[in-house]
Amino acid sequence: MDFQSHIRIENLSVYFDDLRILKDITLDIPDRRITVIIGPSGCGKTTLLKSLNRLLDPVDGVKVQGRILVDGEDIYDPRMEVTHIRKKMGLLSQKPQPLPMSIYDNVAYGPRVHGLKDKKKLAGIVEHYLKLAGLWEEVKGRLSAPASRLSVGQQQRLCLARGLAVEPEIILGDEPTSALDPQSSQHVEKRLNELKNEYTVVVVTHILRQAKRIADYIVFLYLGELVEHGPAEEIFAHPQDPRTRAYLTGEIS
Amino acid sequence: MKANFRLIKDRLAGKLMFFLTTLPGLIVVLMLLGLFQRSRPILALKSFTGLLFSSSWHPLRGDFGFFPFIMGTLWVTFVALLIALPISLLTAIYLSEYAPRLVREWSKPIIDLLAGIPSVVFGVWGILMVVPLVARLAPLFGTYSSGYCVLSGGIVLAIMVFPTIIHVSLEVFSSIPFQLREASLSLGATQWQTVKHVVLRKGSQGIIAAGVLGLSRAFGETMAVLMVVGNMPIVPKSVFQAGYPLPALIANNYGEMMSVPLYDSALMLAALILLLVVLFFNILARIILVRAERRAE
Amino acid sequence: MNRRKIEEEFFKGLMVASTLVVIGSLLLIIGTIVWKSLPALNLAMLTQTPKGGYYLGKEGGILNAIIGSLYLGFGATVLSILLSLPVALYINLYTMKSSRIATFTRFSLDVLWGIPSIVYGAFGFILMVAIGLKTSLLAGIITVALLEIPIMSRAMDEVIRMVPRELKDASSSLGATRLETALKVVIRQALPGILTAVLIAFGRGIGDAASVIFTAGFTDRIPTSLLQPAATLPLAIFFQLGTPFPEVQQRAYASAAVLTLLVLAISLISRVLTKRYTKHTIK
Repeated sequence: MDFQSHIRIENLSVYFDDLRILKDITLDIPDRRITVIIGPSGCGKTTLLKSLNRLLDPVDGVKVQGRILVDGEDIYDPRMEVTHIRKKMGLLSQKPQPLPMSIYDNVAYGPRVHGLKDKKKLAGIVEHYLKLAGLWEEVKGRLSAPASRLSVGQQQRLCLARGLAVEPEIILGDEPTSALDPQSSQHVEKRLNELKNEYTVVVVTHILRQAKRIADYIVFLYLGELVEHGPAEEIFAHPQDPRTRAYLTGEIS
Repeated sequence: MKANFRLIKDRLAGKLMFFLTTLPGLIVVLMLLGLFQRSRPILALKSFTGLLFSSSWHPLRGDFGFFPFIMGTLWVTFVALLIALPISLLTAIYLSEYAPRLVREWSKPIIDLLAGIPSVVFGVWGILMVVPLVARLAPLFGTYSSGYCVLSGGIVLAIMVFPTIIHVSLEVFSSIPFQLREASLSLGATQWQTVKHVVLRKGSQGIIAAGVLGLSRAFGETMAVLMVVGNMPIVPKSVFQAGYPLPALIANNYGEMMSVPLYDSALMLAALILLLVVLFFNILARIILVRAERRAE
Repeated sequence: MNRRKIEEEFFKGLMVASTLVVIGSLLLIIGTIVWKSLPALNLAMLTQTPKGGYYLGKEGGILNAIIGSLYLGFGATVLSILLSLPVALYINLYTMKSSRIATFTRFSLDVLWGIPSIVYGAFGFILMVAIGLKTSLLAGIITVALLEIPIMSRAMDEVIRMVPRELKDASSSLGATRLETALKVVIRQALPGILTAVLIAFGRGIGDAASVIFTAGFTDRIPTSLLQPAATLPLAIFFQLGTPFPEVQQRAYASAAVLTLLVLAISLISRVLTKRYTKHTIK
């Protein structure tokens, strides 16, 4: 598989107090593909994901070593403006987190926070991204209703629209469908597949079947170590490392 | 046979405990009834509104106008909350969202200690530090003050109320899930923007409840305010004038209470008014907090 | 971009300043009390009762207030324990989760918790008169006990609630009665928390002036019976500070120092106890 690297992770180690969660990870995340991070629970998948948009920063006692280069810039460089980096990445969490405001305000939050005040432009953005997330038809008549009144599936799509509205380059998903019913899960997976044409997508999941469905590239973590990574067909068909094999066959979870 | 004895003990203990459990409710009722009963004499002679709105306080003549004391209480409470609300809120936000772990862990016990200092000690400190300071401040504002005035009372009261508002606010903030903040941060918002638009919005009801609880605490605080507020039964016209809050009235005059006719009844009425107002605010705050909790589910 | 940063730094500055104000107040208050009372604190002050005149005497010390406060504090706290612990145990072990009695009692305790101490004082006075008691140690004890009950009950309720359900179930399924579960299992598990609750209430009770101003009276002597009036540290401070005699005022500062130290010590001990307690609980 031919791809360009969008994110280059170099010797990344993450410590929580004295516990080493991620051990010396070096990895290229391909541009405009769906990369899925898999591994047994507690192996550091979410930590790896969160290190990409520096969401580990506000956590007490966290130490990050190594470099993560996005478009050639090290995002952990102390001179880096963290909000600038985060703007490049959109995060979809496991449990949908609608902000305590209306549907409209949720989607408009990102652009507003970065300084956009033009009402017409905002309205256009809101409509555009709600459509992109496949939610527009369902909510267009009640944009000023509180976002909390939506169903869980709708909320997750709202969060997707919200994340896209800041025009990121990379979409991060932390088990984005594990809290959803099968129908909504399908919806979200479809969107992610469509989005990969424009965005680089990195998703963490513990559902192997989901990984098989959507992944172009696989990253397998075990106990904080990068065990194996490569194009999805290769990893699923011919896993090299015995641990990968054991995980794929269900021996370890 | 032994089993029976144990069961008997259990039942007896249960009955005794049940009886004791009815006490708290009973005490509330008794308080209300008792104070009302003792206020009856003066209520029988004068109209309630007359008492509330008359400014004439001459017990020896039989004049019991509560207006100056109500105003005194309102003035001092208002000043106290004006100072305490912003400072407490900002402190709570800092400790909850910005402070490094060590600062947070050391600040909490210190604030708890502040909460435990007795009212009279606050009063002593008020006399030693706040009163002279305010006296020196007054000329800057174009007036003279002995320092024993509403402002001093408000300052001391504000410090006493800090721990209440901070504590409740911190609880409110910690009940907001961290993921919500993450959602905002991951969109590229700064921490302050996250606080403004997400944390404060989500916690707005709880913060209001914290304020109401602080208000209720301020209303009933007696000794510290009494020692610095001047205790003149007039309606204050500025913060540099003396005031005479309701609790201070009651505490100061317990001595003459029995020797002047109707005086004790008047003071009991003052206590009753105080009780009802504080009850009102407390229940209000509870309702707000319960509603906020239910919304969060 | 710059505007965001400026706003953030501005509010950050305000926040730090506010926190410093709060913390600074505590340090300032304690510092001032210590500073003023240092010259007055000596052995004579702490071990003698006031002499030379009807409680404005210029000699002697504050022993009357110290002992009076201790008598009052212990009496009120013991009485309060007798009335609070059974209630906390009852609503947690003898009633169902959603029992109306439990909800109503907790609500009443919440209400009582917020009532200002001056109202307790007025109520105590009413009780006194109704029973035919004069201003005395006993009247003070009863009033302060009433003040302490909501504080103690609430704290006890919280710690007993925290005792894991499985523990209570384990005891019942072994055939223990509710009483036995209460006394042998729950109290033992929650003991540090219960002690903390007692300490907190004690600290509050001993420092309160408004509740005893009507009820406990004041005297130069150390009470030898429950029916005699008792001096208390808070009232000692209040009365003696108001006199024009510097020697008497010195006694006020000394009382303030003793009271503050006492309350601080209680606070520290209860903190240590809570820390110990949370170390042992199985979550």
